[in-house]
Amino acid sequence: MQVTVKVLRFDPEKDKKAHFQSYELEADPLDRILDVLHNIKWYQDGTLTFRRSCAHGICGSDAMRINGRNRLACKVLVQDIGKKIQVEPMLGFTIIKDLVVDMEPFFAKYRSIKPYLINHDVAPAAERVQSSEEREVFDETTKCILCGACSGSCPPYWANGDFIGPAAIVNAHRFIFDTRDQGAEERLAVLGEAEGLFRCRTVFNCTDACPRDIPVTKAIEEIKRYMLYRR
Amino acid sequence: MYHKYDAVVIGAGGAGLSAAIKLVGKGNVAVISKLYPSRSHTGAAQGGICAALGNCEEDHWEWHMFDTVKGGDYLTDQDAAEILAREAIDAIYELEHMGLPFNRTPEGKIDQRRFGGHTRNYGEGPVRRACYSADRTGHMILQTLYQQGIKNNVTFFNEFHLMDILINNGRCVGVTAIDIKTGELHTFQTKAAILASGGYGRAWKVTSNAHACTGDGMTSAYRAGIPLMDMEMYQFHPTGLYRIGVLLSEAARGEGGILRNAQGERFCERYAPTLKDLAPRDMVSRFIAQEIREGRGAGTDKDFVYLHVDHLGKEVIDAKLPDITDFARTYLKVEPYKEGVPIQPTAHYAMGGVPTNVNGQVIVDQNATVLPGLYAAGEVACVSVHGANRLGTNSLLDLVVFGRRAGIHASEFIKTVDFEELPSNHEGQANQLLGWVNSGSDPKRKEVAADIRKELQREMEENVKVVRNEKGMTHALTKIQELKERYQKVRLQDPSSKFNTERLEILELGSLLEVSEATAKGALERKESRGAHYREDMLNRDDVNFLKHTLAYRSEDGGVSRLAYKPVTITRFQPKERKY
Repeated sequence: MQVTVKVLRFDPEKDKKAHFQSYELEADPLDRILDVLHNIKWYQDGTLTFRRSCAHGICGSDAMRINGRNRLACKVLVQDIGKKIQVEPMLGFTIIKDLVVDMEPFFAKYRSIKPYLINHDVAPAAERVQSSEEREVFDETTKCILCGACSGSCPPYWANGDFIGPAAIVNAHRFIFDTRDQGAEERLAVLGEAEGLFRCRTVFNCTDACPRDIPVTKAIEEIKRYMLYRR
Repeated sequence: MYHKYDAVVIGAGGAGLSAAIKLVGKGNVAVISKLYPSRSHTGAAQGGICAALGNCEEDHWEWHMFDTVKGGDYLTDQDAAEILAREAIDAIYELEHMGLPFNRTPEGKIDQRRFGGHTRNYGEGPVRRACYSADRTGHMILQTLYQQGIKNNVTFFNEFHLMDILINNGRCVGVTAIDIKTGELHTFQTKAAILASGGYGRAWKVTSNAHACTGDGMTSAYRAGIPLMDMEMYQFHPTGLYRIGVLLSEAARGEGGILRNAQGERFCERYAPTLKDLAPRDMVSRFIAQEIREGRGAGTDKDFVYLHVDHLGKEVIDAKLPDITDFARTYLKVEPYKEGVPIQPTAHYAMGGVPTNVNGQVIVDQNATVLPGLYAAGEVACVSVHGANRLGTNSLLDLVVFGRRAGIHASEFIKTVDFEELPSNHEGQANQLLGWVNSGSDPKRKEVAADIRKELQREMEENVKVVRNEKGMTHALTKIQELKERYQKVRLQDPSSKFNTERLEILELGSLLEVSEATAKGALERKESRGAHYREDMLNRDDVNFLKHTLAYRSEDGGVSRLAYKPVTITRFQPKERKY
């Protein structure tokens, strides 16, 4: 089928402002949007720039705004979108070039919640024991691939560059509810700051956007409740 | 720009991060990565990581070692396989202590499941050895190791592409890399460089590998005069999603999934009566190839078979195989609860690569002469722990065990030596290559990189895949030569310096051409069938002439200049016929 792809372009060496450019090409209904972007880059316009790697929704490189919604270009097919495809970089991030955005502030926020197991005890000779039920509590939030689709869909994140954002909170959840972890208070201190957890306005955009189907809003609410009622 | 670090790790997947963590506090360390670390291809691994913990049934590391050696069709170096199987146990506990969320047994220990080629008591039947985290074990390993990197304040240079490995006075003294964001060339002077840059599945049309897997590290080593070992030993995973190659983990079969042909027959039991669908990957891929060749493939082109998990029930599928069933729904619009998923063998893993000893030190000849200051670990390396065919889960294990070992050895090495000076004009070769790519805007340069890549992938798919023969491999070598000539005239449309991914893709294509040639050449000259290297014109394994590793050296002007052979280390297990 013939598709029209409108891409928001920005070349930092030439452009003052981002602008749309349209491409027409043949696509198979089962093609991923990533395949379509590759076909443009490889056969029409080598300057079109985007990130990608695994091409099946695991590495998190190609989160972008496709027909108004944040998705991974490799996880949505042409037949899911239709003949008119519009692709833009995610909102809430600074554009580096075309669909490539600056991920550094996003990763800085991720790092701020101490995304690693904190346990001050001497490790046993074998594994630490944890029941399947205990593990289940944080199972969903271990799926995060740090693609940024949730934070980039979050109105408070757009409005306030200092808001820590859903992705960092999801990763805090992954450790706060891990029975092996002893760092919950340190993380809650970060999340309790002015630009932390309570900037969330429960819009649910993050949950809609997550390509890993993580119930992001639920995770945020679980931390809020834990913070309020833990004593 | 110039940097100076005691150690530089190239690649931020499982091997690179494992090495970097062991170097923390032992000197200043930098990690250079083409992608953000969490994007590395380790994250795509699914099914598990084996260790003889014996949490679910009796198991011993000696059994694991034996399976690894037999799985590798006796091309495995047994000193390395012993280390892999022994150190696996400690490596798994270390990952658990770092926070890896393994699935658990009812007693709260790490749960284990069956996996292809892993057996109890030297081949009696399948054993539960694979530790796992649903079907995203690689993702959890990558996340956990990256988290440890953050915890330990490792310095990352993200989105840097390796150009050259610098050698002076017989030592590796640094590397050059381009900063993709700015296009600027950087030199990293170092006492120890650790290559951990992964594989090259993108040489084939149907692959489970990420677009980033283009053999850059292997190529940089090869261009620096280091041989590549056993490149003909490339693994084709039996269960790639039809046409697009996305991996469907062997864990599906470990949990009881089965393969069926167009007639609905469970064909694996005809070929491997004991292990059936859980025979090693090289064999199952051949079973599929044979079913297709004999007309029992499904679909209008009769070119795929089905993977069935529908009989396992929704609960098992959702708890243990959520991601792979999601892939089937997303990409093929197939519902695995109810129907078989179309699959075909997919290019998956390089058993070969940059030769190393068991400390991760790169070696340069058949006498195992070490090149001081250069290490390699993970898929880029060839220890050789996988021999002619890697067992499922042993790749993740290899990353962790040999990544750690390389890091530990390098941390000692950097204490004992001073910085060696850089060679004169150390950026010359990289600048020359970049200058040549940039001159692709000349209108006389008309070749399209995507065409060359596509033709290469098609050629490798047709002639250097599961079933090989002399005619096909000769054809492939001629074709690669032609493509290399056309590559010299490749065009560049994007002249910009910042985030120029077109230029990056051209450099990557250059790597693919080099490693593909070494692969096809090694394959043509290995006149036998062994493990993943299966020749229909030479069906038998030939231990008299080919129980040895291939070393491919590059000539100055490109191309394989010569092959040499290195003996296999055999300790406990004498080669036997390989039956399952």
